[in-house]
Amino acid sequence: MNPMPLVALVGNPNAGKSALFNALTGARQKVGNYPGVTVERHTGRVSLNDGRPIELVDLPGTYSLEPSSPDEQVTRDVILGRQEGERLPDALVVVADATNLDNHLRFVLQLKSLNRPMVLTLNMIDLAERDGLTIDLEALARELGMPVVSTVAVRKRGLDALKDALAGMLGGTRPPAAVTLDADITHFQREARRIARLAIVAQPRARALTHGVDRIALHPIAGPLILLTILFVMFQAVYAWSAAPIGWIERLQGWLSETAAADLPTGFFRDLLIEGIINGVGSVVVFLPQILILFFFILLLEASGYMVRAAFLMDRLMAGVGLSGRAFIPLLSSFACAIPGIMATRTIDDPRERLTTILIAPLMTCSARLPVYAVIIGAFIPARAVGPGIGLQGLVLLGLYLFGIVSAVLAALVFRRTAAKGSGGGFMLEMPRYQLPSLRDLALGLWQRAYVFLRRAGTIIMGVTITLWLLTSYPVAPEGVKQSEYSVAGRIASGLAVVLRPIGFNNEMSLAVIPAMAAREVAVSALQTVYAIDAGDEHASAEALGHQLARRWSLPTALAFLMWFVFAPQCLSTIAVVRRETNGWRWPVFMLTYLFGLAYLAAGATFWLATALGL
Amino acid sequence: MSLGQLPLRQRARIVSVDWDALAPREARRLREFGFDEGVAIELLHHGPMGRDPIACRVGRMTIALRRVQAAAISVQLDTGQ
Repeated sequence: MNPMPLVALVGNPNAGKSALFNALTGARQKVGNYPGVTVERHTGRVSLNDGRPIELVDLPGTYSLEPSSPDEQVTRDVILGRQEGERLPDALVVVADATNLDNHLRFVLQLKSLNRPMVLTLNMIDLAERDGLTIDLEALARELGMPVVSTVAVRKRGLDALKDALAGMLGGTRPPAAVTLDADITHFQREARRIARLAIVAQPRARALTHGVDRIALHPIAGPLILLTILFVMFQAVYAWSAAPIGWIERLQGWLSETAAADLPTGFFRDLLIEGIINGVGSVVVFLPQILILFFFILLLEASGYMVRAAFLMDRLMAGVGLSGRAFIPLLSSFACAIPGIMATRTIDDPRERLTTILIAPLMTCSARLPVYAVIIGAFIPARAVGPGIGLQGLVLLGLYLFGIVSAVLAALVFRRTAAKGSGGGFMLEMPRYQLPSLRDLALGLWQRAYVFLRRAGTIIMGVTITLWLLTSYPVAPEGVKQSEYSVAGRIASGLAVVLRPIGFNNEMSLAVIPAMAAREVAVSALQTVYAIDAGDEHASAEALGHQLARRWSLPTALAFLMWFVFAPQCLSTIAVVRRETNGWRWPVFMLTYLFGLAYLAAGATFWLATALGL
Repeated sequence: MSLGQLPLRQRARIVSVDWDALAPREARRLREFGFDEGVAIELLHHGPMGRDPIACRVGRMTIALRRVQAAAISVQLDTGQ
């Protein structure tokens, strides 16, 4: 059996390659990994206009075939047929930004020197037209000696022409892989400029809109204020916009447990279902709206082109702690989740800067910590307005985020002088044009996050919750003894509590921090489970977790618990990705040690201080 | 004068680039961004702190880089247009 023809999408970063990939494959995508490296492999199936199926692979964006990162190396090796886990592509689709022709043509020419079957796609042709840029496609095809089509990936324009061009290219003989590589960039660049001059019929002044916006967004005073405002709005929105959908989820959860309580006979399974599964998993799923709001902002900033501006504004500040503006993007992504953040550090050229960024990424408050913060803040901080549109709860949340950032800055300073000492790698990057993000791409991104979160809720979190419920429910305590202390889990926790009691943690909290290692948000469902079992009767188990906490914990204890979660614990998946990205156990162990140490000290200091102040 | 000394939003041209003053990795990145003798260039923005980094237009691209690297790029203002 012949495998499907393989077609690879290649191009410069910011050429709209991934948008074209999304437009061509739709939902028929698979995300995997290349063996031995942590580079994602995105593939999908496309049917050509004559019905023939092909496999499309979206290669990481690169400026040339001389790689300076693992991602770029994969791109080069796939094109040359040297990449393990990938066959030699039968044809290439080179994606170039129509508005940036002279620069992107250089890479096209370098690829052409490999003598592979290829089609050039001028993407974002609508933006070029809007700019008043007119390109003679025929002249371009003649000069380059390859088919040229124009597309608008975000509007799905030009896809049929591209597929037709591909159909004409496949099925013939398959030329062998190229062996030599011409690395003289300057030579290609000059040739590219010559061809661009021939092909561009009219060329007005470039990108008036983007330049106008940048004069404000990158203004020395207005720029940082705008960035701060965006971050502020983002964190306020996490609370303000989520209230209604959280109410819906809570009502659904209440209805489910009431229905189960009414329709099922009393006994083990009813208790497991209501206390363990519905309320345990429900107490985590309820945070889906907040997580999606956060991801919505991050995806929006990324897709609009603003993220790179933020890196520009932050570079000098980051340089102060031995990092560069480039580290800002992975660190900002880490607010959603440290895992994509740590993977995004691959764009940092300098190995020591990269290591430092990886080590401090977990200090950026990830969305899994949000449930913990949200429930404690909701229970202990009054929902008071301290100014027009500024709530005290949102302010405390912002404070926790800022505390994480300040700690990260200090940690980076220390690491760049000790563990990751050495000169920096500088800061050089392309600032793409501003773009109105396509709703479809945003929705696709949000759906992928929601899916990952719900899958976690249905697997890891549910598994841990059920185990914890079992460990907390058995053996059954005799009359007059607290169930949570008598049970297996209670005994484990009381051992740990010896260490944690000095920093203000009670037994239930000690019990909750153990399963939080699997996933941080489990701390919430663990507390829910423990208190539900202790309460015994249905009335108390239906009481919202926040009310129970407010009744049982002192304010210093609650604050200490918040501080603990600023630093620790690391979830297992973060540790796994750090091990993979740093090739060994040394750095994950180092990270774990320093974060647990800081967590203990910060929680302790908070508890002692708050107690001394009489809070 | 060097790229970092250009007045904002004045058209200029790259006279020469001291490639040897740059780390090989930086030199290659700049070449990939289209920095080359004779290419039109324009300084667009300064960073908010210490006027660093800078953003400039090269060809049709906008590139951000630090002043340390910009010092290796000699430019000349376009005149008489």
